[in-house]
Amino acid sequence: MLIARVMPCLLLRGAALVKTIQFRNPGYVGAPINAIRIYNEKEVDELIFLDIAATAEGKCPPLKLLSEIASECFMPVAYGGGVSRLEDVDAILSLGIEKVVINSHAVADPSFITRVAGKYGSQAVVVSVDVKRTLFGKYEVFTHGGRKATGLDPAVWAVQAEEAGAGEILVTSIDRDGTGKGYDIELLKRVTSRVSVPVVASGGAGKVEDCGIAVREGGASAAALGSMAVYHGRNRAVLINFPTRDELDRVLPGGVTT
Amino acid sequence: MIVIVDYGMGNLGSILNMLRKIGAKATISRERAEIEAADKLVLPGVGAFDAAMRQLNESGLKDVLDEMVLVRRKPAIGLCLGMQLLTEGSEEGGLAGLGWIKGVTKRFRFPAELAHLKVPHMGWNSVRTADGKRIVQDLYEPSRFYFVHSYYVALADPADAAAWTHYGHDFVSIVEKEHIMGTQFHPEKSHKFGLRLLRNFAERV
Repeated sequence: MLIARVMPCLLLRGAALVKTIQFRNPGYVGAPINAIRIYNEKEVDELIFLDIAATAEGKCPPLKLLSEIASECFMPVAYGGGVSRLEDVDAILSLGIEKVVINSHAVADPSFITRVAGKYGSQAVVVSVDVKRTLFGKYEVFTHGGRKATGLDPAVWAVQAEEAGAGEILVTSIDRDGTGKGYDIELLKRVTSRVSVPVVASGGAGKVEDCGIAVREGGASAAALGSMAVYHGRNRAVLINFPTRDELDRVLPGGVTT
Repeated sequence: MIVIVDYGMGNLGSILNMLRKIGAKATISRERAEIEAADKLVLPGVGAFDAAMRQLNESGLKDVLDEMVLVRRKPAIGLCLGMQLLTEGSEEGGLAGLGWIKGVTKRFRFPAELAHLKVPHMGWNSVRTADGKRIVQDLYEPSRFYFVHSYYVALADPADAAAWTHYGHDFVSIVEKEHIMGTQFHPEKSHKFGLRLLRNFAERV
């Protein structure tokens, strides 16, 4: 039986960890290595690191930091941000990072997904899809940290990404990011009903029950926690934390039967 | 000293960190002299079977490892691809494996009714342990481990299995044949569950 996963999704800006609200106003929440040590103790299933400025500022992935991250983590790690060339992927995976997350450069050139999957297998490729509702209520994919509209429908793009070789789709609601209002279940359903690869729900988790809802109602295979993993309480005091296994087991369905 | 054999396949930092956390003396090395002086060996591995065997063959490390494990009988553990390398060969490639354990490495192939099962098998899964194997003593109950693999080990002698995992069908997730061991999952990416298993290797083997 595979177990539904819950993982912190941590945002990097340079060597700092930050957290955004609706992809804006990044606030400092700590240093990555300290956070990892706490997540090791909390036994989180997996970690995602996303460098939110890399693509927008035209920077390469921070390899030195990623090497330290990979050595410290006693759990699998995914990294995204500025992954634009096969050489970037070679460098990142050789450091001991398990998966690369591709977003803007997957939209710009879907064959990039295919090249990475061809070399390393689909399990190493996560395609990240950032989604906003437009004024007319339609869902639309955005790239470059939410700044650039693409005109793409998230479900249609997710199918294309899967066909290109994505092993996993990370679906983030920009509107819900940092709000704690719960995942956008309608968005998740649209994507999970169309693709067969695992979908990771992201954006909006405010309480542990939201993870169960994302899996049961949204069809997600995993749930990412942003604010919940770095803030505590109503006043958003910075505190690296994570639900316990017991808390998660209470809300998650019994797992994926194999 | 436990030597993590570095033959050019991936970052070994988390294995070293976990062994140090246990309190074991460990180092990463590709130097013949250091490997020959080891008390125990860890054979890591990510990537493709043939690429790994080619590295071992061309670097001359295969002969050193054969001598250490088969003649001098030093305990060794293969992790993930490292466990598959212990077998005689793999459907993934054409090169012979180390052959320290009788069996071959096969690809997951599922019938139509199990088409929903993805290959690779990726994620956290549980294990069912065998009795009387040192490597699985006193594991947490239940334990979960992190797997990423498209191939699995089919043993010639079921008595070499130390644990099984279910994915479509049962497969061997831990082997133990005398002083030779292997895990199909990544203990170094499996928190306290993996830490306890590596502690067994460091302290009980």
